Amino acid sequence: MANKVLMKGNEAIAEAAIKAGCMHYFGYPITPQTEIAAYMAKRMPKIGGTFLQAESEIAAINMVYGVSAAGYRVMTSSSSPGISLKSEGISYLAGADLPAVIINVQRGGPGLGGIQPSQSDYFQATKGGGHGDFHLIVLAPGSVQEMASLTVKGFELADKYRMPAMILADGTMGQMMEPVELDFDVAPAPEKPWATNGTKMQRKHNIVNSLSLIPEELEKFNFKRFERYKLVEENEAMYEEYKTEDADILVTAYGIASRVTKNAVDEARKKGIKVGLIRPITVWPFPKKPFEKMAEKVKHIVCVELSMGQMIEDVKLAVSCKVPVTLCNRAGGMIPSTEQILAEIEKYAKGE
Amino acid sequence: MKNLKRITIISGHYGSGKTNIAVNLSIDLKKEFDKVAVADLDIVNPYFRTKDSILEFKKNGIRLISSEYAGTNVDIPALPQEMYAITDDRSYKMIVDLGGDDRGALALGRLTPKIKEENDYDMLLVVNRFRPLTPDLETTVTVAREIEEAGKLKFTGVINNSNLGEFTTKEDILSSLSYAEEIAKAMEIPVVLTTVKREFYGELKGKIKNLYPLDLQAKI
Repeated sequence: MANKVLMKGNEAIAEAAIKAGCMHYFGYPITPQTEIAAYMAKRMPKIGGTFLQAESEIAAINMVYGVSAAGYRVMTSSSSPGISLKSEGISYLAGADLPAVIINVQRGGPGLGGIQPSQSDYFQATKGGGHGDFHLIVLAPGSVQEMASLTVKGFELADKYRMPAMILADGTMGQMMEPVELDFDVAPAPEKPWATNGTKMQRKHNIVNSLSLIPEELEKFNFKRFERYKLVEENEAMYEEYKTEDADILVTAYGIASRVTKNAVDEARKKGIKVGLIRPITVWPFPKKPFEKMAEKVKHIVCVELSMGQMIEDVKLAVSCKVPVTLCNRAGGMIPSTEQILAEIEKYAKGE
Repeated sequence: MKNLKRITIISGHYGSGKTNIAVNLSIDLKKEFDKVAVADLDIVNPYFRTKDSILEFKKNGIRLISSEYAGTNVDIPALPQEMYAITDDRSYKMIVDLGGDDRGALALGRLTPKIKEENDYDMLLVVNRFRPLTPDLETTVTVAREIEEAGKLKFTGVINNSNLGEFTTKEDILSSLSYAEEIAKAMEIPVVLTTVKREFYGELKGKIKNLYPLDLQAKI
């Protein structure tokens, strides 16, 4: 335990980003992620980095664009309505093939919504989150430790594939405290020969841009980008399986919902119900394989979400609708209870 | 508990465990005093507030002085409308839960003249050596001085609340004792309590002075 510290999820993200070599942070405060900015404000000046509270979310994401174009690891963070404001800039990052890490500590919506936890930005995060054909790598932490480790992973993947990565957390994950170990082996940032970091009179100018005047060329860029996305889908899907070996009922949930769901699985197992959990850790790329496998073995799938049902669509696609998939949910800032999920599992165990 | 002053202010770095201590202290205090109140002056935290223990307070007959917006979607740093009862209703033993850091301590400022005038208070610095921004003497004392500056009130004691949540070991606690003592010495105040989760209390009781058992709150 000597190397462990007790951290809020938001702080863990901030410190992990620094450990990953992110020396530049641009943000604008919004509950429930403000501790990320507060932590960066304290730490960055001490290590010679940049903390800048921009005049708006839009300004912050465009500062991220600039620093990324210059070849540096860079991060911004916000919560749901703030991410909507950033989405134009996120699309520009994707269009310019720039790596960056964007944190979304989700709160209840739509609109200004509330400050309590939610998972209702799943569509926005996994289906693009801005205009145009693009994807973000979306990582969904299920503990404070993962808030840290997936932030590091986000920087690595963003650099590897030259695309923005998002940490899709929620208010509870941001606010709760758990022990964390922060000793990471961080892959150093790769060479970035495309960066606009000065020609030193030794090479041609680099241009980082998302504008394309010739449609034939723009099409080519899109095709090329999606070849890269295919590689991400093939190589980077992450998930956790829990007690699935003999399961005839499957539950699935990510992030905060998976923690409550895990408790419900344990309770159901005590009652002799053969139930297992698949927890997607990346939600884009969505981990289709374990679902394909389980679709042959289980009679029912329950998808637990803090939304009106968003990930459930990816689950249905992954199992090609071979098995009925139903939703167990709360919304608007509420969290499902272990009892609610257990009741749902019991219902399908009895064959109702 | 009997020697607690009329007002006990719980303050410290944010995330040091103030709220949990305030809740536990008030419940124990109620066993010995008829009129006990907890005042939530946290203007920093959106979640995990004193008000989350409202059922516990009701069950124990403890008065809760809290902003009606705490734990709701109203995202403003609101103070409770009854906050002047802290100084004006002297029939109560009062536990005050301040928000973290100097920003949280700002809420105390307007009460400080009356608290000083009555002069029956303790202001206790909660420390946790496992928090990343206060791992040593220097950083912790800096935060403590900032709080004193903002709240215009001096600390009178240290609560050593060093922990790693539910994963805390006995060794973690024992290893934190010198950290707390150093802070207390530097600030010329005593360590008044060392907290420990209840399951360790029996075993560590003889080994640590002023040991105080805590029941852990919220867990997800």
